[in-house]
Formats: sequence, C-alpha cells, structure tokens
Amino acid sequence: MRRWLVQPEFKVERDLERCIQCQVCVRQCANDVHSYDEEDEQVSSDGACCVGCHRCATLCPTGAISISRSQLEFKPNANWTPESIRNVYKQAEGGGVLLSAMGTDRPWRVYWDHLLLNASQVTNPSIDPLREPMELVTYLGRKPDQIRVERGPDGKVRLATEITPQLKLQTPIMFSAMSYGSISYNASQALARAAKAAGTFANTGEGGLHPDFRQYASNMIVQVASGRFGVDPDYLNVAAAVEIKIGQGAKPGIGGHLPGEKVDAAISRTRMIPQGSDAISPAPHHDIYSIEDLRQLIYAIKETTQHRKPVSVKIAAVHNVSAIASGAVRAGADIVAIDGLRGGTGAAPTTIRDNVGIPIELALAAVDSRLREEGIRNQASIVAAGSFRSAADVAKAIALGADAVYIGTSACVAMGCHLCQRCYTGKCNWGIATQDPFLTKRLNPDVATRRLTNLLRGWSLEIKEMLGMMGVNAIESLRGNREHLRAVGLSDREMVILGVKPAGE
Amino acid sequence: MDVQPNPTKEFALSRGERDSAACAIAGVINEQGRRFNGERIIRMIANMHDRSNGLGGGFAAYGIYPEHKDLYAFHVMLDSAAARENFEEFLRRYYEIETEEVIPTAPLREIRNRPILRRYFVSLRDRVLGEHYDLTEQDLVVRHVMQVNGQIKGAVVFSSGKNMGIFKGVGYPEDIGRFFRIEEYDGYLWTAHGRFPTNTTGWWGGAHPFGLLDWAVVHNGEISSYGINRRYLANFGYHCNMHTDTEVITYLFDMLLRKHRLGIEEACVALAPPFWDDVERMEPERRELVRGLRITYAGALLNGPFSVVLAHSRGMIGFNDRIKLRPMYAARRGDELFIASEEAAIREVSPELDGVWQAEGGKPVVCELKVPLDAPEKEPARA
Repeated sequence: MRRWLVQPEFKVERDLERCIQCQVCVRQCANDVHSYDEEDEQVSSDGACCVGCHRCATLCPTGAISISRSQLEFKPNANWTPESIRNVYKQAEGGGVLLSAMGTDRPWRVYWDHLLLNASQVTNPSIDPLREPMELVTYLGRKPDQIRVERGPDGKVRLATEITPQLKLQTPIMFSAMSYGSISYNASQALARAAKAAGTFANTGEGGLHPDFRQYASNMIVQVASGRFGVDPDYLNVAAAVEIKIGQGAKPGIGGHLPGEKVDAAISRTRMIPQGSDAISPAPHHDIYSIEDLRQLIYAIKETTQHRKPVSVKIAAVHNVSAIASGAVRAGADIVAIDGLRGGTGAAPTTIRDNVGIPIELALAAVDSRLREEGIRNQASIVAAGSFRSAADVAKAIALGADAVYIGTSACVAMGCHLCQRCYTGKCNWGIATQDPFLTKRLNPDVATRRLTNLLRGWSLEIKEMLGMMGVNAIESLRGNREHLRAVGLSDREMVILGVKPAGE
Repeated sequence: MDVQPNPTKEFALSRGERDSAACAIAGVINEQGRRFNGERIIRMIANMHDRSNGLGGGFAAYGIYPEHKDLYAFHVMLDSAAARENFEEFLRRYYEIETEEVIPTAPLREIRNRPILRRYFVSLRDRVLGEHYDLTEQDLVVRHVMQVNGQIKGAVVFSSGKNMGIFKGVGYPEDIGRFFRIEEYDGYLWTAHGRFPTNTTGWWGGAHPFGLLDWAVVHNGEISSYGINRRYLANFGYHCNMHTDTEVITYLFDMLLRKHRLGIEEACVALAPPFWDDVERMEPERRELVRGLRITYAGALLNGPFSVVLAHSRGMIGFNDRIKLRPMYAARRGDELFIASEEAAIREVSPELDGVWQAEGGKPVVCELKVPLDAPEKEPARA
C-alpha cells in the first residue's frame, strides 16, 4: 500500500510463538491485513489496512493476534485532535466527502447516562416478576380520544368505537430500518425471523421486500423512502405497517446511495432497479415539499391498504422536531418514529453524522410534551430510535414518553458487529453489511436469529425486573411516567426539557 | 365571625410534592336512602386507629343538606383573610351565593393550626353558563374548582357537590370527626379516611376524602403510575394541584363516568384492566371491548397498591388494584353495605352480618341506591 500522510489507526501484532501459520486470518480479513508468503512459508500482517473489526483475532485458534491502537501520537493539542488532522490529510489527498458508518462516535452527551430510575421501598411494594404477571404488551397506532359503548338488548355491553389498525408488540422493542442491500440477505432474514419469533417487528428500510421474506411480512414494517425502491401495492399490503421515511438521525436532510457494485441480481429484483445501477435516494421525497404533501402520501398509502395498516412517519431529530412531529400527527401519521443524533447508518458523510440533529432523549421528551400540550398524544404512538445500548436505555426512553424503541446498532452487535464503522466499504468481515458472497456466508441465519431473539428476551426480562422494582406491572404505567426518572449532572434547562427532577428532589 | 388562624404550617407547607400514603378507609351506605348520623362511621374508622398516624383524617357524607339540595355546597379552606377575600371575589363573579357560613366545629385540643373553614351554598349564574355554549354546568364547576385550587393562593375548595359534604383535616380521623361535629349530620352514605402519609407531612388540603362535584374518594395506597396518570389527565383539561395521588383517581372517575359516559364496570376495566393473558381468553366481543378500553385508556391505568372507595350521590364503589396489594373487605347487613380496610371495623358497628367477603383485585364492589334520589324523605334511622 502506498504510504501517505494518514498513518494507520491500528497496530496488528502477531505472537510468532503462538502462530501456527494456519492462515485463518488471511482468509478472514477482507481488508488484506494478513498475507501469506508462500516462499517464506510465513504469515505476516500489515496494520495499515486494519479497521479494528477483530474478526482475525476472534477466529485465530491460538490467540496469536493482538490489535491495539497505533501508538503514533501527535503533539497534544486540545483543538487539533488527531481525528481532525487525519481528516484534513484525507481530504487533501482525495478531495471528496468523508464517509462514515454507524452512529456518531463523537462524545456528545448521552443523556441516558444522566438519568436514574426509581424503585419501590416499603410504602408501595415492589413486585416480583417471577411470581406475578408483568406486562410488556404494547399497541402502536392511533387511539381514539374516548371509548363509546352500547348496551345491547341482551344487556351485554359492546364496543361502539371503531379502533383503527394497531401493531401489537410483545415487547416494546423493534428492529430499526436496515435495508436488504445495506445489510446482507442472511442478516435481513435473521432480523425478520427474530421479529416473528419474539412477537415484534422488523423494518425493511428502503430496500424492498425480498420474496423469500414475505413469509415474515406479518412482522415487518415496510418503508417508503425517497427512492421508492421496491414499492408497489403488493409490498404495502403484505406488511404489518408502512413507514414513510422522511429522515434518518445519522444524516438528517441527506439522501442515500447504494453503489451499483452492490446491486446484484437479487437486490436488483427486490429494489426493482436494473442490476449494477446505483440506487440513489434523493434528499427529499420529490412529491413531499410541504406538510400537506405528506398528508397526501399518508392517505395515498392508507387508501392503497384499505385503511388496514397503521402508517408511520420517521423523522430525524432536528431542532424543531416537536413541531414537525406535531405536523406529522395532524397529517394523519399513526406512529411517529424519531431518530436521534446518535442513530446509525450504513453510510453517511462524516461531518453530517457528527454535527447534525439533536440527541434522541431531548427530542423524545420535547415531542411527547408537545403532543400532550396539544391534546393529540393519543393520536399517534411515538417510537424512539438513535442508540439504545441496554434495557435500561429502553426503560428510560419509555419513561420519557416513548411507546416503543427501534434498535439497529444493538441488533447488529448481537449478530457479531464490532462497530468498526466501515459498513460503507462493503467489506464487512462479519457478513452483516456486505453483499460479497464470500463474506455473507459467514453469518449463519439460524445462529443470528437465535442471538437476536436472545437479546430481545434478555432485555425484556430486564425491563420486567425494572417495572417490578418500580412497583408497577404493566408497561403503560411506565410510559411517559417521568416521576420514575431523576437527573444527575444536568442543567436546570435540560431538566425542564426532559421534564425530570434532579436526584434528591 | 371568623377566627383568624395562626399561620398554619401544615396548611401552608408541602404543596410542592406529591404525597402518597398508607391508610385506613371505610364506607357505609343504606340502599334505601335512609339517613343516619356520623356516629357509626367515626367508630368504624376509630377502630383502625393504628392504620393512621394523626396526619390526616376525613369524612364524606351524602344527603346532609336536604334544605340546600339543589345548590352546590362548596367547603373551603382559607389560610388568611386575604385568601378569603380573593376567593369570595372569584366566587361572586360566577355564582349566586344563597348562604355562606362558618363550618361548625367543636374546640378540640387535638386539632391545631386549623385554617378558616367556610361553606357556601351557591348556584351558577345563568350568564356564566350562557357564555360557554360548549360546556355543561358541571364542566364549569370543575373548571372553577381547578382554578381556585391552582391559582388562588391559600384557598382550597375541598368539597363541591350537591347535598353532600366533605370534612377533613390534619389529625386522627376520630378527632377530625368530633371537630367537625359530624355526629350532628344525617346522611345515607358515609365514607371515612385515616391517613398515614409517607412522603410529606400532612396538610389540611391533602387529607382525604378527595372530592370533585359529588365524587368523593378515599384511598389507601400509592399510585405508582401517578406520573403518567397526571400527564394523561392534563390532556383532558384536568390539572392536578393537590399533590396527592388520590386526586388523579377522582379526576379519572369523573372523566370516565361523567364525561365519557362509561358504566361503572367499564370505567373500572379502564382503571384496573384484566391482564392480557386473560383478555386473550375472553369471547371475541368482550375481548374487543376490553382491548379497546385498555389501549385507549392506557394512560388511565392505575398501578401500584391501592384500595379505594369512591362515593357519589347514587352509590358507593369499592375498588382494588389488579393484584390486590391492599386489603379491602365488604359486608352486607339488611339494607346496608359496608366497606373497610379491616373486617374488625365493620364488626365494630355491626357485629352480625349477612355476609362478609374480601374484594377481588381489579373487580369493583358496587352498591347503588335502590330508591330515586329525591324520594320522599323517610324518618332518619338513628343508629
């Protein structure tokens, strides 16, 4: 590799006493870090191309490989960090837009880590989820303002209010939009199967619905994004719900681009575009230039689906997110999904990923409060997205006002992702964010499905423990119940926006 | 003439936080509408003395103001002459005041730091109703009570029904009863509360019963879902000012029964719904109804340990949380139905009973008057 000003990020070291020259690392690394010299009969490593994905180290049978951050340090400079210097080198070299993947890695405040949950002591008993029912069932969709009942001649009371379509979730956690194309067939299949097994939903992203995945469609939300890939009446009608994607937390206001080399025969068929052609999603929907246009699309979809599917609108958390969410609800959205600053992506311009939008915690709190102030909170469910790392993050989001959450990165991590942030290269050594058949076959869909359902099960059990410790036995008693949150280390203004009291008060 | 009370620490203080409590509750109703005095309800609640700690007690009585039965009887706590002035100015703006007076009390060493306690028998001015074509008279009364309690400093309307009254304050309930001389009133329905507040010191306005219009709620327990119940109610114009979780129970019942016109049974399903597993096993029509109630009123679900007695002009409802984390007994003797935290309290006033049972979790004990409300007054049956 040509040496240039950008120095390697990682150093790959090989313990020659342990190495048995088996060449597993050579075969496993799609970035050509490891090579085998047949003349010398020697495996060697060049850390220059290492992305830090740990595939080689994980699979090395003798534990001979260690990966560490490059020790080459710049003169300390609080302003010019090594990243900013390297980025200038890269752009001076290439003159292009720097790309990144996954959610931002900048140290933006993670508000989850400043919020603490409550627990019962004495006056209200905590409830043991191993002995008592503990309910996580969540219905997403528009709810009426009130229920009307009628008493029949037989004296029986019947429901007289029509309830619009709802999604029933066994646990308030869904898989975020990840398109087939940005992730592999096996990864897509695992997400769909896990959603079905766990009684929740996976989101197709804007990649269309592969014919093989139709069998899971009752547990899938299909996305209609600006590229309209794979969208036809059948696609809309086969799914459980339809989501209009306006924006994405990692790249609000930015479109998408699946390079032509990833568009193989299957993806071409699924997205309904020619093989090998770039799949470009424009920044806006070219039929949505205003809120009334959004309303038209929402109702076009509702008409197409005979009003049998809830329609979700996904927006990125930007500065005036609460007004936008309110507009979406009034335009007819049954669900509003909000994707925060730290939300993931398969590819985004680094500078946008790292500098645009607001954290999901503040956006979620603002939207929930705003919809309540307007008296329309019941008209749509709120789904929060943008980096949930644990069941505690999920519980805190629900306490702030989310009906459910989307997880993307956590799901990828469950399947083996190591957050190397190079999804856009198509060289995912873990077989997730790639279409290279040599790499995709590494992800066993049976194993991945099991790992995903395990994650959902584990988090659900933990949420049940948390509900029980708070002395409630249904998720709706936590939802929007900010009395069960206290803040540590936040400013008064931040606490006002979050609607939480400081710890001790 | 009013006695200007000392600056009442218990009264003025502690409106900053939500209060929750563990307590004693009791209720008794005569289904034939026969009236009896407050002696027995005092004995019932006094029997459970150790369930309260002297920081709050109170009573609700129905049928006690037959001479003013068509007027709203506002019972008001005022912590200063200025508060009284502000309150009365507000009241006169919207209401004709037929009678106003000090609520009669007996001097009692145990009851200290009392606020000014007055009652006003009032009717809404026609002009006011005319200005609000979209609101009923009761909506306006609710709104005015909220305005006083939320905005007029030092004034709390703690009873706002017709031909009923709430009497409450800081002290042991039996002392509060003697203080308000409730044995001198005759009612066909009585409830009582002895308080053991856990989060804040007691204050007069925070004692139970908690009333709005002719609803009166006494409550033993803690509403762990208070945070969301409160925010949910705000959606519908109910603003919680009293910092006690009992407030949300009262407002939720008012909304579901009066505004949304649900039956008592459906309202109780909304507030303490069956578990989803049980819902799934119901026959389809019933399942649709319960599912509809549960998902629509998710924000109204009352969670946490509680037993509640809701009284209204036409009857009394005993109501437990879904998994029955608080005690509640019901008993019947002749025309009378009793509810209490402990069976002993019932036996205290009625040693012989036709039947006594523990109320089931989430399943209301409902008792309604068997006679029309304005039936000719029968001779009060003195107990």
